[in-house]
Amino acid sequence: MSDAVVEIEHLNTRFGDAVVHRDVGFSVARGEIFALVGASGCGKSTLLRETIVLQRPQSGSIRVFGQEVVGMDDEAALALRRRWGVMFERGALFSALTVSENVTMVLEEHTDLGPALRAEVAALKIALTGLPPDAGPKYPSELSGGMRKRAALARAMALDPELLFLDEPTAGLDPLSATGIDELVRHLRDALGLTIMMVTHDLDLLWRTADRVAVLGDGRILGIGTMNELSKSDDALIHEYFYGPRGRAAREQAWNRR
Amino acid sequence: MTPTPTPQSAARADITPGDSPGELRCSGAWVLHALTALELRIAALPAARERELRIDASAVTAMDTSGAWLLVRTLRALEARGAAVRLAGLRPEFDALLKLIEARMRAEGSVRARPPGMLERVGRKAWEETLSAFGLLAFVGEGTLALARALADPRRIRWRPILYNIQTAGFEALPITGLLSFLMGIVIAYQGATQLQRFGANIYVVDLVALSMARELSPLITAIIVAGRSGSAYAAQIGTMKVTEEIDALRTIGVGPLELLVLPKVIALMIALPLLTVYTDVMGVLGGMVMARPQLGISFGTFVERLGEAVSLSSYLIGIGKAPVFAAIIALVGCYQGFQVTGSAESVGRRTTVSVVQSIFLVILVDALFSIVFNKLGL
Repeated sequence: MSDAVVEIEHLNTRFGDAVVHRDVGFSVARGEIFALVGASGCGKSTLLRETIVLQRPQSGSIRVFGQEVVGMDDEAALALRRRWGVMFERGALFSALTVSENVTMVLEEHTDLGPALRAEVAALKIALTGLPPDAGPKYPSELSGGMRKRAALARAMALDPELLFLDEPTAGLDPLSATGIDELVRHLRDALGLTIMMVTHDLDLLWRTADRVAVLGDGRILGIGTMNELSKSDDALIHEYFYGPRGRAAREQAWNRR
Repeated sequence: MTPTPTPQSAARADITPGDSPGELRCSGAWVLHALTALELRIAALPAARERELRIDASAVTAMDTSGAWLLVRTLRALEARGAAVRLAGLRPEFDALLKLIEARMRAEGSVRARPPGMLERVGRKAWEETLSAFGLLAFVGEGTLALARALADPRRIRWRPILYNIQTAGFEALPITGLLSFLMGIVIAYQGATQLQRFGANIYVVDLVALSMARELSPLITAIIVAGRSGSAYAAQIGTMKVTEEIDALRTIGVGPLELLVLPKVIALMIALPLLTVYTDVMGVLGGMVMARPQLGISFGTFVERLGEAVSLSSYLIGIGKAPVFAAIIALVGCYQGFQVTGSAESVGRRTTVSVVQSIFLVILVDALFSIVFNKLGL
């Protein structure tokens, strides 16, 4: 078994006439924090959705844990889905359930834990994401955007997955909460050896956590590498991405921290 | 429930007393799927009386957050019994995880929501209902104010949505209301026919059908159908707009939501429902006529002749006069419930249901009140 957790090769996606991915390929190694960046609408989230078997590309291959997922049916995907957790951009918490029920529901479905143990494990996951304990009995609609993100992360981690997909984990968060998420992501990787694949616009998050970053644009991978390597790239689009006013500030901050 | 194979390691997690007293050995994969079994093993441990405990965790092959949490919990439980616990041999990466869990658990208090008792539930429910009743009253008041403002400045009346609502709530309801009242007329005539035949009072089937339809049934049926068709749609529309913050957006733009969303609906329904009622009167009587000919041998001509005597103008007008009141109830309850939506999509569904139930309930209640009042007035 190769050490790559996610391997994507020759991926092509079209929506009607619009080409989203043109022969995209990369791989994510075990224990790596891998980030996909790119302008809005460049197909980052689509790529993520294709990887987690929610959408099907026109052609190409996506292997997760060594298994081909393109064209996989829901039943076959189930075994894989238990091994990964997904946090959606807007949380996608079930609005009819409380935060802790959102987590216990996953546990109830996939483990043999009793109700008391489920509740305790759910409380742990909720605490792990940095939510106050009184957030558990609340409904998602009673939470702020940042808290909802954390609750979504708690649900994604319910089964202690080996692989975590994060779609915009820090979007809409205040800087302090975003920093909390940064640290949490790194902690999880360091302590659990989790592999994390995320889509983000947050340059701070990239500088702080990402081991490798792939820049998507024009339907293809413009560049792939560490933030340092990418920031030295002479591709015009990458340059613009990292050396725009915001990019510069984040880069300087990252330098100052060293 | 199907057991999931643990991916990290197949070694079973266990905790057993060690070789020497005061020693515990942890082994295997301390992961989520082993939690139930582990907890049983922990409960089965002989109570340690030693003041010092050594936990040897060198045989732990895998650990995730849940496993680490259980270990921390066990350590704490032992410490709470007054033992000094020392953990040894844990792999550094698991140790880091343990530290993380410990840090997060410290921040976590033990807040557990207490399920409310019977009395509390009854009290809360009663209070909610009271608030809801006052809320509806306040909403009617606000609506009236908005109407007064609109009447004072007629340019503010929005004709386009009014016409649109008349079309959707009135015109598009013609087939279903017509069909149902036609069937209703048939049923009444059919049921009455046998009884009337016994007394040879065949011709009174006209009174039976026409009067009951015009005075009671047709306004009521129409109102109930419209409540299900349009009142629920109002609640869902406004509720969804509430969820997506469109209502707030309207306010910030300086457009009163009541003026834009509620008034046109109320006005439109108050126009459409009486018209629908006239139509269902006709359809109901038609149904009666169709049934009366084969069953009782009353020709269409005789039936129509008798109509004028059977239904007095006042009875007819009372029936139609109730319609605008029902319309106001349906539109106001629907809109009010829409505004009561909070946050989630589920709440939209609940409020929509409540709007239908509440408006039908109120329509029937008000209809009963009308009957009493008209009876006292001798109409």
